[in-house]
Amino acid sequence: MAKTVVLERKPLSLSERTYLPQIATGLKTTFSNMFKPKVTLQYPDEKPRIPQNYRGVPTLVKDPNGREKCVSCQLCEFVCPPKAIRITPGSVPEGDETREHVEKAPEEFEINMLRCIYCGYCQEVCPEEAIFLQDEYSSSGYTREEMVNNKEKLYELGGTLPDPHYKWDKKKDAEKAGNSH
Amino acid sequence: MIEFEVIQLVVLKVIFAFLMVGAVMTMAGYSVLAERKVSAWMQGRVGPNRTVLPLIGRIPIIGSFLKGLGIFQPLADGLKFLFKEEIVPGHVNKFYYYLAPIVALVPALTTMTVLPFGEFTNSEGSVLPLILADLDIGILFVLAVSSLGVYGIVLAGWSSNSKYPFLGGIRSSAQMISYELAMGLSLLPVFLWVSEPGATASSLSLVEIVRSQHASSWLLIIQPVSALIFLIALFAETNRLPFDMPESETDLVGGFHTEYGSFKFGIFFVAEYAHIVIGSAIFTLLFLGGWNFLPWVENPWPATWIGTLLGTGWFLTKTIGLIFFFIWVRWTLPRFRYDQVMDLGWTKLLPLALANLIFYVLVVTWLDQSNLNLP
Repeated sequence: MAKTVVLERKPLSLSERTYLPQIATGLKTTFSNMFKPKVTLQYPDEKPRIPQNYRGVPTLVKDPNGREKCVSCQLCEFVCPPKAIRITPGSVPEGDETREHVEKAPEEFEINMLRCIYCGYCQEVCPEEAIFLQDEYSSSGYTREEMVNNKEKLYELGGTLPDPHYKWDKKKDAEKAGNSH
Repeated sequence: MIEFEVIQLVVLKVIFAFLMVGAVMTMAGYSVLAERKVSAWMQGRVGPNRTVLPLIGRIPIIGSFLKGLGIFQPLADGLKFLFKEEIVPGHVNKFYYYLAPIVALVPALTTMTVLPFGEFTNSEGSVLPLILADLDIGILFVLAVSSLGVYGIVLAGWSSNSKYPFLGGIRSSAQMISYELAMGLSLLPVFLWVSEPGATASSLSLVEIVRSQHASSWLLIIQPVSALIFLIALFAETNRLPFDMPESETDLVGGFHTEYGSFKFGIFFVAEYAHIVIGSAIFTLLFLGGWNFLPWVENPWPATWIGTLLGTGWFLTKTIGLIFFFIWVRWTLPRFRYDQVMDLGWTKLLPLALANLIFYVLVVTWLDQSNLNLP
């Protein structure tokens, strides 16, 4: 059991009862505060430092070879809690040299930023590491249509991220070695 | 047929009056800016620094400096009040609702007529004060008229026909009677001290008080208790924190001006700051030597128009310093509770002011007696 300590309240001295010394101390504090550095960030002129793992606007990324990573599996569309993602699946044309062994790609990929809640489930669920919530945090528009990011916009926002896997290169190598699955 | 000189005099007075109103209103406007800036600095913020006029903002260094200081902010604030939608709630008493802001502003602007702000020596060598109307009862006029400002608040509280303004009005009237007595009593020793020994009647003129502080001690040093009581009462008179009972925005929403918006609120706002400007000026005149340089120091400026300008500038500097003090106190102290204000006014300030008065009555009597018996 914690022991309760009753503090003895000393009666106020005469100077304390006038409040004036305390007021003077308070005035000194506020006056010295005037010359301390300001904590304000001058926002549009100064941008805040975005930490790692920040969940900004969801974007689609390309692999270092400049290829589309998304295979339109639609997992993100299913997992998205506010149903902000809409994917129209499409197939990659047969003869595309740069994208051998890739069968599908999204024909259209739309993320409605008026619905998105920045939860990051799409990034978490993506088996191809194709969708990332990056450091872009301010999106605005004059109409509702403007706030729906289409595929082109998503790739523009996403850019290219380093990829440690090179999945399609590995598949290609595996087929050359004769053990494709 | 009115003589030409009379017309000339009247026109000149009217021009002076407009200049004075302009100066006080400008100071009130910039006090608002000062309030915002100082509060921001004290809270580690930057304050208004975005407003800018098209051409002046382009001047390389000065433009951005002025922008950073928010020099153009009062203009934007004033225009905002002008252009806002004029809303009159359906449940108010229209006549008094419209009357209240005017009643609040007029006393604040009327007191400036008896406010001296400098003096000049004319060609005949006599020293004349710079003042709109040199009344013999200057300070009495100020006390009488500035107390009328509280009617604006009470009227606003009652005519709004809503509970929070009503409470604000009640608090305002209760607060007024509790500090007004102490305020008046704190000033009596000042006039006792200033009057000539052996005089049967002495002047209540503010000019005389300032002249008595010329090249001698300021009254703040001679009568610190009077100055303290007057300052505290001044805070209450101008409805400033820690005594902003009528407003108390945390517990009364907005107090007396809850139901007011747009320009009518703007008038209340300007009236409050005009009160502060006038109050600071009066405190400067009474206790800080007015336009005199420093205690016991002869004015370093010559008795020409340059001296007049410097003296007026020095008076303005002191006044602005005191306005800063008002703002500084506001952002330092929390608000007193309603009953604590009553308690402070009736049981602390009033007895203290009485004791102070009796003490100075004895001192002045003793000094006068020894002065008169000397020769």
